[in-house]
Parts: sequence; C-alpha cells; structure tokens
Amino acid sequence: MKLLQERTRKQKVGESRIIRTAVRLLVPFVQLFGLYVIVHGHYSPGGGFQGGVILGASFIMLSLAFDQQTSMRFMSERANALLGNLGALIFIGVAALCAVFGGLFLDYGALDVLIPLGPVEWRSFGIFLVEVGVGLAVMSIMVSLFWDLGSAGRMDEGL
Amino acid sequence: MSASNLHMYVMIAPLLTAFFVNLLGRRSRAWLAPLTLGSLAFSSLASLVVLGRVVRSGGYRYTVGNWTPPFGIELVVDHLSALMLVLISLVALAATLSALKSAEQELPGREHLFFTLYLILIAGLMGLVLTADAFNLYVLLEITSITTYGLIAMGKGRAPLASFNYIIMGSIGACFYLLGVGYLYLMTGTLNMADIARILPDISGGAAVATALAFMLVGLWVKMALFPLHGWLPSAYSLAPTGAALLVAPLMTKVTIYLMVRVMFSIFSVDYLFLQNPLVQSGIVWAAAIGIVCASALALAQRNLKRMLTYIIVAEVGYMVGGVWLANSTGMTGALLHIVNDALMTLCLFLAAAAIYYRLGSLDFDRLQGIYRKMPVTMAAFTVGAFSMIGVPPTAGFFSKWYLILGGIESGHWEYVAALLFSSLVNAVLFFRIIEIGYFFKSGEHHGHELREEAPLLMQVPLLISAVALIVIGLGSGPLVDSVIRMALPGGF
Amino acid sequence: MDMVLAVIVAKYNYWVYVVLMMIGFYAMIGKRNLVKKLIGMNIFQTAIILMFVSAGVKHGAKIPILDKYEVLKHGVDATGVVNPLPHVLMLTAIVVAVSITGVALAILLRIYREYGTLEEDEILEKLGK
Repeated sequence: MKLLQERTRKQKVGESRIIRTAVRLLVPFVQLFGLYVIVHGHYSPGGGFQGGVILGASFIMLSLAFDQQTSMRFMSERANALLGNLGALIFIGVAALCAVFGGLFLDYGALDVLIPLGPVEWRSFGIFLVEVGVGLAVMSIMVSLFWDLGSAGRMDEGL
Repeated sequence: MSASNLHMYVMIAPLLTAFFVNLLGRRSRAWLAPLTLGSLAFSSLASLVVLGRVVRSGGYRYTVGNWTPPFGIELVVDHLSALMLVLISLVALAATLSALKSAEQELPGREHLFFTLYLILIAGLMGLVLTADAFNLYVLLEITSITTYGLIAMGKGRAPLASFNYIIMGSIGACFYLLGVGYLYLMTGTLNMADIARILPDISGGAAVATALAFMLVGLWVKMALFPLHGWLPSAYSLAPTGAALLVAPLMTKVTIYLMVRVMFSIFSVDYLFLQNPLVQSGIVWAAAIGIVCASALALAQRNLKRMLTYIIVAEVGYMVGGVWLANSTGMTGALLHIVNDALMTLCLFLAAAAIYYRLGSLDFDRLQGIYRKMPVTMAAFTVGAFSMIGVPPTAGFFSKWYLILGGIESGHWEYVAALLFSSLVNAVLFFRIIEIGYFFKSGEHHGHELREEAPLLMQVPLLISAVALIVIGLGSGPLVDSVIRMALPGGF
Repeated sequence: MDMVLAVIVAKYNYWVYVVLMMIGFYAMIGKRNLVKKLIGMNIFQTAIILMFVSAGVKHGAKIPILDKYEVLKHGVDATGVVNPLPHVLMLTAIVVAVSITGVALAILLRIYREYGTLEEDEILEKLGK
C-alpha cells in the first residue's frame, strides 16, 4: 500500500494504479451502455443526448485517470471533429431525405420508398436514425469541450 | 398543410452547408467561398419564389413531421414571414460577400470555424421567422444567440469581455421569455401559438396571463436592446469581427422585433393588448420615445464610427417598438416597413464601415480625415445610407418615417412624433459631421494629391447594390406596402 | 397568518423556484467574479427548469413509462401518469444551458489568458490604464 502511494506521488499526471486499472476495465462497458441508451431512446428512457453524454464521459474518464495524450490516442482530434460533423449531417440529411422523397420535412413515413417496412414502422425507425446522429454530435462536443477547457486550448497536458 | 417544402429548403441549405464548411474547410480554404455563396444564393432565390407564391395565393401553415397540430410543431408562411425570409437571405448574401474578405484579413487560418458559426446563425434566423410554436421560438432564439456569442468572442482586444457581458444579459432575456411560455403552458396546456390564441380569450383577465405577457415582452426587449436594456449592444457589436457585425447588426434586432409582433398578435389578441389596459400601451410608447431621445444623445458623444452606428441601431429599435404599440394601422405599417428599410440602411452603413476598416485599420474620427478622396465609391454609398437614416426622400428611410409620424399624429402620441423629429435632427448632425471630417479636412499624412485606395471589388459590389436598393425600395414603397405589408398586418388592424 | 401559511404550503414548489431564481439573479448581478456570475446564470436556468417539471406532477401518479402490451390490453389512464411534456421541453432547455455554459467557460479562458485575473474590478482597472 505504501509503495503504491509513493509511486503515485512520484508520477506527474494520472491517478494511482488501482484507479487506472479499474478505468481501463470499465471504459468498454461504459461505451456499450452509452450505445444501449442511444438505441433505446425512442422506446424507453434514453435518447441521443443522454447516450451521447455517456459516450463522451467514457473518453473524459480516460483523460482524468491517465492523461490527455492517452485519451487523444484513442480518438484523435481530427476523428472527433469528423464524427461530430457526421452526426449533425446524419440528422439534417435524414430530415432533408424525407422531404426529397415526397413527404413533409422530417416525415419519416415518406422514406418507405427506400426500404419497404410500412409508414408506421418507419416513423419509429426514423427517430432511431436521428437519435444516432444526435448521439454522435453530442459525444463529440462533450469530449472536445473537456479537452479544450482542461488544457487551456493547448491540447497537450490535461487536468 | 401544403405539399410545398420550399421554405424548408431555404432554411436547410445554410444549415447543411455549415457542416460541410467545417469538414471541408479544414482541408483547404478554396472550398469556403463557393459553398457559402452557393447555398446563400440558392436560399435567396428560393425565398423569392416563396414570397411570390404567398403574394399570389395567400399564406399557409406547415406541420413538421406530419404530426397534426397542436401536437406537432407548426410553421407559418404568411406575408410577414415570407417578407422576412427574403430580407434575411438577401442581407446574408450581401454580408457574406464582404465577410469573406474581412475574415481573411482579421482571422487568418480560422475562417472555416467563423463561417460554420455564421451559417448556423443564418439558419437559426430563418427558422425564427418561420416558426409558429412558442417553445420552438425559444430554442431557435437560443441557437442564434449562442452562435452570436461565439462569433463576437472571436474578435480582438476586449471582445471576449463584451461577449461575456452579452451572454449574461442575453440569457436573462431568453430565460424570461421561457418563463412566459411556461406560464402560458400552465394556463392553457398547449404550446402551439394558434391553439393558445384560441383558448386565451376564455381565461384571460387573471394575473397569470398578464405576468406571462410581461415576462415574454421584457425578455424580447432585452434581446432587441430597447433602451434602458441596451447595455450589451454597443460594446458587443463594435468589438465583434467585422464580418460578424455585418450579419448581426442589420438582422438580429429586426428579427427580434418581428418576434415581438408575432408573439403579440398570434398569441394574444388586439383586444387584450390594447383595449383592456390603455395605460400599458401609452406607457410603452412613452418608454420608446424616451429611449429614442437618450440613444440619439448617446450617439452624439461617440468618437468611433462603429460605436456611433450601434447607438443609432438602439434608437431605431425605439422607432419600431413605438410604432408597433401605437395601436393603429398607419403606425403598424410604418413599423413593418421600417423593419425592411432599417435592415437595408444598417447593412449599407456597416458595409461602408467594413470597407473603411479593411483599408485604414481604424474607425476613429480622427483617422477618417480626407477619406472622400481616398475611397470615393465607398463614401458615395455611405452618403446614400446616411441620407436614408436622416430621412431624406427618395431614399427608403423617408417613407417609413413618414408612416410612423403619421401614425403618431393619428393616435395623439405627440411625444413619439417629437422624439422621431429630434432623432432625425441628431442623425443629420452625426452624419454631416462625418461628411465634414471626410470631405473637407485634408489628411495630414499625404500632401500633394491623395492616393485612391479603394476597397476590394468583392466588398464594393454588395455596398453598391445595397445603396441602389435603398433608392429603389424607397421609390417602390407604394407597391411594397400595398401588395405585401398591408396583407401582413395582423388581424384587427 | 394562517391564510399566508396555507398559501405557501399549498404551492411550495413555486415558492422554491422563486427563491432559487432570485438567488441566481443576485449572483449574476451582484457578484464581481466572472465565474460566480456564470454559476448564478446556471442557478437561474435551473430554477426555471424546476418550475416546469414540478408543474407536471400529480398526486399519487406514476412515472410516464408505459409497457407496450399493458397499454394494448388496458389502455392508458392519463390521470395516473405524470405529464411527460414538461420533461421533454426541459431536456431541450438543459441542453441549451450546457451549451451556454460551455461557450462562456471557453470565453472566460480567453479573458484569463489576456488579463491574468477573473475579477471584474481588476479587469476594469487594467482596461482603464
């Protein structure tokens, strides 16, 4: 125990070995739970924003327990920006696609011409598509907010 | 419900382009100009088609997602919102032509971020004028505000501090509006504007509805910078990057005035607003008149061109709020016409200021000497904008002031008429002072003949177009009022 | 005195939200540290969210999560379920509040880098010089 404390005090960033191991084991499960919350948004409590925050929290946990460079190794800044824009584009793309295929804007029943599932089923499925877009965008924003603010804009060392 | 989705394409084009600009602008700068200009040109054309359709066959309501109202969110495309849509897209197109140049000078390397926020702001403004749902209005209002906070904070020097001040005051305004919507929801159980208007006459007369109206109005007044709630505007608009000020200054306050008209007449009825409490109505006209006088007086004390223009914006807001609350149709016509005219005048003056800033680097009065020789085309357009602000025929400003003065005389609010005349005089003093500094004093740096150092062509084109538009719309005020604005007057006028 | 107490106890959720809102409002205007102003704004927005959500509560009602097959068999009793619409509206309001806080914190970082302090009077002093 004393050895552990001394080793933690000597290293400059990051937490002790117990916390680092626990976080390393937990992060995949947190991300799986985040995906679960996104997918269940239109059927039970959950949705894009909540799931996106949980996904973002997984990367923030990595950044807190190790250092920011480790977190950025798993998802680089460029990938983050790409995912965020992709999420917003999915949302607006689905909405515009509904209008292009003859329905009103965001009228998912009009997407029936693409994959015939029936308009009522499509309304439920359309919400799911839109939630995925929202979840990606929110995850990207949470992660980039934490990285920017935690490193005072320099993106090298974190909290 | 109509099968036409054209007005949605008007709003979606800038929104989609914003994310493409963010993705592709990181790779190379060459993507920026074609993407932004292409999408805004498409929006302008589409909004003109929408306006033509509305003028020919009347307005219509549109439900997003095919959910029946009052459960779904409704959009309303009638004469007023189609006119505002055309105004926003054309002003945005002209401002973008000039902003492309000034962003290159002021924010090198970060232009793709600037234009992302810029395009989302334009999409938010377009959504604001289309919505017919009270809570959707709050969401879009916050979208425009947050992008404005970000755009203003990109400036130099004291800009982040001014933006933080704007955040605090703007959030108070939006939260007050949300409180008002909350009270209305508690009393009526629905958020759709038409539905609330249907239910309200049965229950109005209590304190809750009056409090809701008060909160919504005060919240919108903070957002539109009506004196004395205007404290955030001068610093925020004069310290913002030039491209951001070009878009925000002509549009944000005018769209918020449109919102006030929409909230007042689509949710509450003319009877409740004006006839039940005449004290409130004359009190607000008095407050608007005092605001015009004080803002004009404050504008006299400025030594910087852009800060002077921002105080003039505050005075113009007073014109329009007073015109709306005069409670007669002449005043209302004047206020609606003034929304269009003031957006164009402010655009023209800010474009000229942007061109001067691009060449000189400063807008203080003592640096502006001899500018008529250096930049004759720019200052010619500036003079047209100045005459329009003062109210000289045949420029557009004269006709809307005429309607407003007539409306004030008709309703007997002599203080409003006096404030309007005083403000025109002060504007004359302000602008003739600039013309005098620019024309008659020789610049101390070059002796002999002055070098002509005109602004770049990309900045001159929108400037000249807006100056010409001021004269054209001034001469065409008659047809404009008859065909569009008379139909846009809310029911009961 | 009895009447006043009865009114307060009957609508205590509205009194709580008013008290919270005034605390947030005072912090936004009265405090001099910029971060405290930001926290005051957060308290202000949270009070409004509280009012909305508390207005949808009913006595003895259940949470608005329904089981699909139960509903298909028995139908829905609207009076036994808490009103879910304010919850949805306030989700959007929370997202707006988080965005504003994020933008404001980024701006505060820039202000700190420029002036070295986050107290309003010290910043005004540095500007005045």
